[in-house]
Amino acid sequence: MSSASSTTSGATKPASTRANPANKWEAAADWTDGRLGIYSLAKANLRKIFPDHWSFMLGEICLYTFIIIILTGVYLTLFFKPSMGEVIYNGSYVPLKGISMSEAYASTLDISFEVRGGLLIRQIHHWAALVFVAAMLVHMMRVFFTGAFRKPREVNWVFGFLLLVLGMFDGFFGYSLPDDLLSGTGIRFMEGAILAVPVIGTYIQMFLYGGEFPGHDIIPRFFTIHVLLIPGIMLGLLVAHLILVFYHKHTQWAGPGKTEKNVVGMPLMPVYMAKAGGFFFLVFGLIAVISAIASINPIWAYGPYRPDQVSTDAQPDWYMGFSEGLIRVMPGWEISLWGHTLNLGVFVPLMIFPLVLVAIAVYPFIEGWITGDKREHHILDRPRNAPVRTALGAAWISLYLVLLIGGGNDLFATHLHLSLNDITYFVRIGFFVVPVITFIVTKRWCLGLQRRDKEKVLHGRETGVIKRLPHGEFVEVHAQLPQKDLYKLTAHEQVQPVQLPAQTDENGVAGKAGIFTRTRAKLSRGFYGEGSQIPKPTAEEHHEITSGHGHH
Amino acid sequence: MSHDMSEEKLPESHGAAGEVADHVDPFADPGLPAHEPRRTDIDERAAKRAERQVSLMFVLSMLATVGFIASYVAIDPDKIVYIFPLGHVSALNFALGLTLGVALFLIGAGAVHWARTLMSDVEMPAERHPIEADDEVRADVIQQFKTGAAESGFGRRKMIRNTLIGSMALVPLSGVVLLRDLGPLPEKKLKETGWKEATPAKPVQLINMSTNTPMTAADIAVGSLTFAMPEGLHVHDEDFQQRIAKDALMLVRIAPDDIKDDKSREKGFDGILAYSKICTHVGCPISLYEQQTHHALCPCHQSTFDLSDGARVIFGPAGHPLPQLKITTDEKGFLVATGDFQEPVGPSYWERAR
Repeated sequence: MSSASSTTSGATKPASTRANPANKWEAAADWTDGRLGIYSLAKANLRKIFPDHWSFMLGEICLYTFIIIILTGVYLTLFFKPSMGEVIYNGSYVPLKGISMSEAYASTLDISFEVRGGLLIRQIHHWAALVFVAAMLVHMMRVFFTGAFRKPREVNWVFGFLLLVLGMFDGFFGYSLPDDLLSGTGIRFMEGAILAVPVIGTYIQMFLYGGEFPGHDIIPRFFTIHVLLIPGIMLGLLVAHLILVFYHKHTQWAGPGKTEKNVVGMPLMPVYMAKAGGFFFLVFGLIAVISAIASINPIWAYGPYRPDQVSTDAQPDWYMGFSEGLIRVMPGWEISLWGHTLNLGVFVPLMIFPLVLVAIAVYPFIEGWITGDKREHHILDRPRNAPVRTALGAAWISLYLVLLIGGGNDLFATHLHLSLNDITYFVRIGFFVVPVITFIVTKRWCLGLQRRDKEKVLHGRETGVIKRLPHGEFVEVHAQLPQKDLYKLTAHEQVQPVQLPAQTDENGVAGKAGIFTRTRAKLSRGFYGEGSQIPKPTAEEHHEITSGHGHH
Repeated sequence: MSHDMSEEKLPESHGAAGEVADHVDPFADPGLPAHEPRRTDIDERAAKRAERQVSLMFVLSMLATVGFIASYVAIDPDKIVYIFPLGHVSALNFALGLTLGVALFLIGAGAVHWARTLMSDVEMPAERHPIEADDEVRADVIQQFKTGAAESGFGRRKMIRNTLIGSMALVPLSGVVLLRDLGPLPEKKLKETGWKEATPAKPVQLINMSTNTPMTAADIAVGSLTFAMPEGLHVHDEDFQQRIAKDALMLVRIAPDDIKDDKSREKGFDGILAYSKICTHVGCPISLYEQQTHHALCPCHQSTFDLSDGARVIFGPAGHPLPQLKITTDEKGFLVATGDFQEPVGPSYWERAR
């Protein structure tokens, strides 16, 4: 290690002046450095410091499941035939013998039954895809609730968001490929959704499907999109995302010795190489075990796709569930005007779907605009210390969950013995009401936690020791928090709401602030004004209480 | 940790700490805490034990990989075994997944255990540098850019600039044009179904999907649900999928007095009504029928249609009723259609009413 960094300065000198390498490994490193400049790269990164917190591994799960998906996906392409050409099945799965089906479906059956280990790889691929999208969403929530998206990381937030959206769609294209009864139903849904687009819907549908539904082109086309187009873009975004993580250095929680100007943790080599590298194997191993014991998407049970057949509990994969909810609970409004039909019942959900996603994507820019904060932030916020942000995030999640209920209304109805119609009506109302309630509850909750922090800082922690005073009164002894805890609980800064510029200038001439300025001031008051945060304890308050004994 | 514990037991001792806080900022950053050694840092035997544990995990991983290869070779892909509590599962999939999972997991567990017990856990700070360049660099870069831009003459030679922009704007059009052959134009395709072959002079028989035979009115019992397709369509036809996606019918027979919609009754034959099976929401085939209420439900998004009332939508996201095909019987008594649907089947679209 030390030899690597000590020779770095030599990298700029002519190679001839460099000391002779100590062994053949150094010689090989010298050779590579002479061509790729690895020493300069390694100097900045080999002992790069990473802070330690369990929530920082969520992003790692995304990275590792992506790698697992690529590895298993390449294997699957060796056997899968993306063709809608019709064949008669003659494989080893007896119930489907003699039935006509597409080559795509037949080859997926072969992967599951003829190729040894093919079923395992298929199941790892699918399980990893579910975990991938889930991990991306949870990782994104971690970044959201801790304020890690603030300057300088807004662009990386957008990269991450694009990865989430692309991941969701690639999942959809992927589970559409086997051409079984369930996936074909998804492709049919997509056709209906596209047809609902005004003016150009029928053209997009004809061009995408190569004619009328289902045609013979959609699976080969989805295949190319699924294995080449989207993963290619995702790989680029992923590399950019990781480069930026390295470049910005990791965020960290407030704590003793941690500032906006440093990052405290352990070095990449050896600790994080071992921990993060090992974590890849942990994730891969767990997913392999899950794939050994839990079946996923048993396409042989559904049968080949037929447009006139369907199974009764057709559900998309979980990450598409909220769009399914939108489509299920939307009233069937249809407008016919001037000889044209506007299918609002499908088109409105089709528009709300991206809006729900974009709402969370643009949040960092909105918050940045409201605070007007141009500084870099590397210390994370505790969610309670940003009550409005936390409440908005919670409201977004609640909206997502309400829509998931809507998407699974048939399953909720059958499993919980509820009326399907009632669930649908609940979701129609809940779509508007639940996020509002969640917002209010979460915000109050955060303020309550802030009050508790303040209490702990000023009055100390309850020790459980009961003391009897001379006149008979019992009191509980409170213990001062250690300095590191006091620092941790008071380290956050509290944003003050922006003030409207004076309504009159120095000459007394009335000037009116523009609509943007006024909106911004209003939002700022809502975010950071009185009632949106509890003023944190001051040193004076602390002195006053700690100097007067007995005031607990 | 142990330090905190002792403080907890001695709450009184904090009066002193409070007094100290009188003349310093009580919330000041105390700085990085001193490193607390782990057991393996100070006890060589504990370190040895950790080393053995890590190695054991790596050795077990090797064995699991051997087990994977052995399972691959030895287990018949068709073999089904009962494993509690999973039930009957593929023996090969279970063995391969478990051995691969264990082999991978133990490499990870070993590496993490190694890092946690034997590698240094001394936390150290690294300095951050602002992402923004300082003003000098900024000014320098802007100057360089201006020099480059001036040397190119891009701003000065407007003709070059404008023609370049023009050519760059036009060249992607070639790519757009190339997409034209992705598919045909919509034209009338979504309007028509396979039933258009039927005319009053040359009616088309309704073929029962389960028996593959034409049906007489007597074959359809009151309260039953039957799926049908036009005669001449066969499962092995090249365009079967495409045609059945629009031609699929569901036949119900409702006592004529129970039919609320007169037009619907007239399109049927003796209480037998032929509706499109394709949901008008997003095109799922409707397949759940309640005999007593005459409700048909689409299992995908739960649109519910009252088949006794012209397939009116009574619940769910569908925007309009299911199209009904006019049927009658031919001279042999078989159910036939004498024309196409009078409106497009399936999901609605912009040009639907045209």
